[in-house]
Amino acid sequence: MSAASSSATAAPAPPKVLRVPEHTVEIVSDSGEGAQKCAQIFAAVSAKMGNGVWTVELIPAEIQPPPRVPEGASGNRVRLGEHAVTNWGDRTNLVIAFNEQVLLARHRLDALDDDAVLLVEDKWARDDDPEIVAAWNAAMKELSTRPYRIVPVAMEDECLTIVDNPKKGKNMFALGILARIYDRDMTRIKDQIAHSFRKKSEEVYAQNVSLLELGYHWAEDHIDFRVEIPTHAAEKPLVVMNGNEAIALGAIASGMELCAMYPITPATSVSHLLSEVFEKFGGMVHQAEDEIAACGVAIGASYAGKVAFTVTSGPGLALKTEFLGLAIMTEVPLVLVNVQRGGPSTGLPTKVEQSDLLAALFAATGDAPHIVLAPATIEECFHIMVTARRLAETFRTVVMVLTDANLATGVTPYPKPELDERWQAAPLDLAPVREGQKPYGWNTETGLTQRIIPGQPGGMHTLTGLSHDENSKVAYSSGIHQHSSAMRSRKLAVLQSLLTPPPVYGPAKGDLLIVGWGSTKGAIEEAVDRARAEGIKVSSTHLRFLSPMEPGIKKIFAGFKKVMTVEINYSDEIGDPYVTEENRRRGQLAFLLRASTLVDVDCWTRVPGEPLRPGSILEAIRGRTPRGGAA
Amino acid sequence: MSISCGLLPVLNLDAGEHQYEMSEYEGAKARWCPGCGDHSVLTSVQRLLAAEQLIPDQTMFVSGIGCSSRFPHYLKTYGFHGLHGRALPVATGIKLHRPELNVFVVMGDGDCTSIGAGHWLHAMRYNMDMTVMMLDNGIYGLTKNQTSPTTPQGFKSNTQPKGSWLPPMNPIEIALGVTNASFVAQTAEWAPAHLYATLRAAYHHKGFSFVRILQRCPVFTPLIFQQAVQDPARITLMVHDDGVVAPELNNIYSSQVHHDPRDLAAARAMAEQTEKIHLGVFFKDPSKPRYEETRRVAPHTPAERVALLDKELDRYAV
Repeated sequence: MSAASSSATAAPAPPKVLRVPEHTVEIVSDSGEGAQKCAQIFAAVSAKMGNGVWTVELIPAEIQPPPRVPEGASGNRVRLGEHAVTNWGDRTNLVIAFNEQVLLARHRLDALDDDAVLLVEDKWARDDDPEIVAAWNAAMKELSTRPYRIVPVAMEDECLTIVDNPKKGKNMFALGILARIYDRDMTRIKDQIAHSFRKKSEEVYAQNVSLLELGYHWAEDHIDFRVEIPTHAAEKPLVVMNGNEAIALGAIASGMELCAMYPITPATSVSHLLSEVFEKFGGMVHQAEDEIAACGVAIGASYAGKVAFTVTSGPGLALKTEFLGLAIMTEVPLVLVNVQRGGPSTGLPTKVEQSDLLAALFAATGDAPHIVLAPATIEECFHIMVTARRLAETFRTVVMVLTDANLATGVTPYPKPELDERWQAAPLDLAPVREGQKPYGWNTETGLTQRIIPGQPGGMHTLTGLSHDENSKVAYSSGIHQHSSAMRSRKLAVLQSLLTPPPVYGPAKGDLLIVGWGSTKGAIEEAVDRARAEGIKVSSTHLRFLSPMEPGIKKIFAGFKKVMTVEINYSDEIGDPYVTEENRRRGQLAFLLRASTLVDVDCWTRVPGEPLRPGSILEAIRGRTPRGGAA
Repeated sequence: MSISCGLLPVLNLDAGEHQYEMSEYEGAKARWCPGCGDHSVLTSVQRLLAAEQLIPDQTMFVSGIGCSSRFPHYLKTYGFHGLHGRALPVATGIKLHRPELNVFVVMGDGDCTSIGAGHWLHAMRYNMDMTVMMLDNGIYGLTKNQTSPTTPQGFKSNTQPKGSWLPPMNPIEIALGVTNASFVAQTAEWAPAHLYATLRAAYHHKGFSFVRILQRCPVFTPLIFQQAVQDPARITLMVHDDGVVAPELNNIYSSQVHHDPRDLAAARAMAEQTEKIHLGVFFKDPSKPRYEETRRVAPHTPAERVALLDKELDRYAV
């Protein structure tokens, strides 16, 4: 291990330049110390300069954890690449930590590369409180078990040379260090600071810029290496945002006008953005008294006009299920976005999981066929809202969109959407109903029917959650219930007939096919690339439609000796006590695929409370395939 | 006719010439038990619709689940017969998106004050312009004789065969305690003239008009208001020009109190008195903010929205 000294060396040798295709940086601190702002600006500028970027928040579960505890570690990971970055990667190469305890947290989570450079505020080593000094020393000892390069930095002392309160603005000093190491464009950084602090005074801006420059010059004098990641100018204009922002803006692009919601992590930020901007588009956010009411209000609004949506997370989905059944039964279009988090119950409110798939499909009681979609990227979060609105309206049913905390809080650039007026919902047509038009005039082939909206002369009828005939008259006869059930179900078969098989990433034949859904696509494909480079015959495919599933899946499976899902949910492992082939509880997509294809689909799933690392998936691939392609 | 100008283009021009008869508001034949108070409410509502000449296709009845929630089926307007306790969220969504529709809500006592109690409190606070009837017969009828929050103490039911354990909930007191509630009234199914006049006052109030309608269930609670039905002296009418105006009742109900519906303190004092049943408007304040007005947003054309969104996306430009 090579613990560098922070003391300045006279006439330093020119810094060593590390030319790499990618590098991962973390800024970690106690919450409220500005690490996120530092990382966001760094990431935005890196994207502007032509690097691929994936940013993910490191969120403590507590609102206000005590300072200097590992559980309070808060901040961001920024993964930079020469090309597009699709996931948060494996381990971090460089960390700036505002205290040694939050650094320790990352170490204990195995988040740091063995060769990582750790820049850590060292004022704690000199603290008046002997307990703090002891904690520092213990942490350094624990960290010394790995060959990290630890670089102590007297951040606050440096900041004190130009400001009175170094607690505020230390993040800008850190940003300056990063700007120097990664050779970022200082003009762009200053522009970004101006944008970030646009609601603050000129004085605040000036002070932040001074601290930025202080950090930059400090690194110039004290850091003996630089990191160079090739950049490529984007061919198309890009936008950079997280998945929740993409959902919110996609909802506007889809022509929806009402978001009814109740606060729940990690879904709420969709409504934060919409609350800020929706009204200028003629839309509104209704914060209902509870999750149930939020769903009911969206249904009422959809029924009376344009499709509305509600956005929630696991426990909220559970509460909404009664209303979902009603919307499906009355064929009122509705879009529901579920930003999945760890469960069951309150579970892991801020952490990613893909455990709501079966609940999304089956939580409503009775036979309640509806559409379930899962975007795989942040860009897809935007566009899927347009698809969801249109499907809800065309098929007169509930469309559930499953994202997760990884997409919700991940930030990455993607091509700026080329908007289309046709995505917008057409104005309400309140023309008199056609002669003979019925509330449920099911086309007996397709189950499709045109809905009647209140205000249409001659269309008066009562919608009911009771079993009903095509005139919406309450019907208890078994014949009518059989027929109406078939009509509601048929719609999914019709939709499936319009879909195309999912593309296969890699050759169509091989030893192993990985099947994923949702936010894991980037990590899975990266793992597949790495495995193929090792000679393993593995490909992957990714499902966006979970109900109905895309067609041709069984045929794709036939090209592979083994099929395995990779998911962020819990499954038993063969070999665990009492677990047998017969009673093994499998990953949720594996469960569905086995049922629909009769193929013996295996699964590799984990619930680490963090996005899957491509390296972990690679390990799983190695474990389930013949090595070196020697089948 | 209460229709907004925005709707004129979609109306049949002949509508102005058409006089709606009561029978034109009749839907399916009502299937409530003979003697059920719901019939009386239905008749009063049909009379109101005809008196106000509400256009059936611009009129919406939303209900929950229970005997009374069958209401929309028996009218020839638009109807939404949804979930137990959850008529109000649906009505809220309808009114938010389509404020020009005439929205009526029909709930039972279990529907409104038990499983839907949370929605009820918040809907009163939203104060959206809708006429909300709570048909209170003090029992769950559809599911056959279970205690509801308004069942009299000691009343024997299938779920509390030794008699209801607790004193009944007083929905009027609760309604009068809700911030931003703007109209709270009580009437009774066995006084049709009062019922009609109360519903009319409720309809004309701009805001959330909450009307509790006292009823008897002919099967399970036929006697709960027996004394009041037989002895009008047990009933006190609250009278005021701004309340329920029904002079034809003066001969029947001699016990009257002059009550200004703006006087919330007096309203609460009367709501607490249980030895006499007060009928009329307890409280009314048309100046309370209405959520659908507060939240009204100017509509935009698709082209405007696309142009604005394109600009919004530039805020995220790399």
